[in-house]
Formats: sequence, C-alpha cells, structure tokens
Amino acid sequence: MKITIAGDKKEYPEGLTVAQLIALEQVETPEYVTVSLNDDFVAGGTFEATVLQEGDSVEFLYFMGGGAA
Amino acid sequence: MTIQITQADYAALLAHARAELPNEACGLLAGQADGTVRRIQKIYCLTNTDHSPEHFSLDPREQLAAVKDMRANGLQPLGNFHSHPASPARPSAEDIRLAYDANASYLILSLAGEAPVLKGFRIAGGAAEAVEMLVV
Repeated sequence: MKITIAGDKKEYPEGLTVAQLIALEQVETPEYVTVSLNDDFVAGGTFEATVLQEGDSVEFLYFMGGGAA
Repeated sequence: MTIQITQADYAALLAHARAELPNEACGLLAGQADGTVRRIQKIYCLTNTDHSPEHFSLDPREQLAAVKDMRANGLQPLGNFHSHPASPARPSAEDIRLAYDANASYLILSLAGEAPVLKGFRIAGGAAEAVEMLVV
C-alpha cells in the first residue's frame, strides 16, 4: 500500500502500524515525536494499535519547547 | 555556520516577542541552507501553549500547518525561535534538555535589556554552540 510520509509517497506492507512505521523510518527520539495521521494527531499510547491504510498521510513532528528558567 | 535573517523578518520576530510579553514568544524558521549559511526566508509566529514568562511549547497543530506551508513553498525547515523576556539570549538548561533536533538552528531573542539581543545556536549532545547571526 502507498502512504505519504512528510509529503513523499512510499510503499509499505499492508497492516503496518504507526509504531512499526516509526521503527521503519528510523525516527530519532520517537518518545518526543508527535504523529499526525490525515491531519489528526495520534494519541501517544495508541501507536501500536493504530493500523495505517492505503492513501494515508503521516507527518512526524518534533516537540519543540524550552524555557528561560 | 552563519544564520541570516532579513530586517523585515527580524522586525516581525521582535514585534511578536513584544506582543506576547510578559510571556515567552515562539515560532519556526524556514528558508534555504547553502553550505554553512542558512538564510531565513520566512518566520512563523506560533502560539506558546504554555502561556508562560519562563517556558514555551509550540502548538503542534500550528506546527503542522507551518511544515505544510514550508513544503508548499519550497522552503526547508531551519529551526525555531523563542524569546527570553527577562533573561539573556542564551539557552537555558531546559532549552538544551528539550532540544531534540540536532539539525535545527535555535534562535533566542532577549528583551531583558534596553535593546533587544538576538543570538543563534546549534544544540546537540547536551551542549549549545553559538553561531554567527546576521541581520541583512
């Protein structure tokens, strides 16, 4: 099946989960990455249960924050 | 490495930081990377979801929209910026701890003194390194 990752279409096996995609894409520090699936954010504890479908669009966003303290 | 920002983008960044006082302001930087020079061509002033004078977190929904806009306009994501309303323009321990992207440039604008001070940094491996910052 074809999935769009950060604007690039790629071929992946059927039944792929978000957690498996993170591993395949070698996402660095995945614990600090927010995943959007078709413009909706995937809840942090549901990556393993979220199965991707043909035509899905996925974005990985790094948490960005800090402080002056 | 040198980071270039235009007078207009610097003015917009400064205006955003002043408008958000007493809280920290934040946003994203996009443009082109050419060897050791990074040219900022667009800044995205985003919501600080912490609404705090000492902390900031980018709104992920606005972050997503900005990333898509960068892609649509052929711009590369270059990093982010935030303001320090009452402390110097240098990364705090929290800034360093939460800097997860070693490829990003981190700009800090201090409003602590009479004149604003903008500095750029690269943060990787738990250490921050100042980079040349030019307003052109």
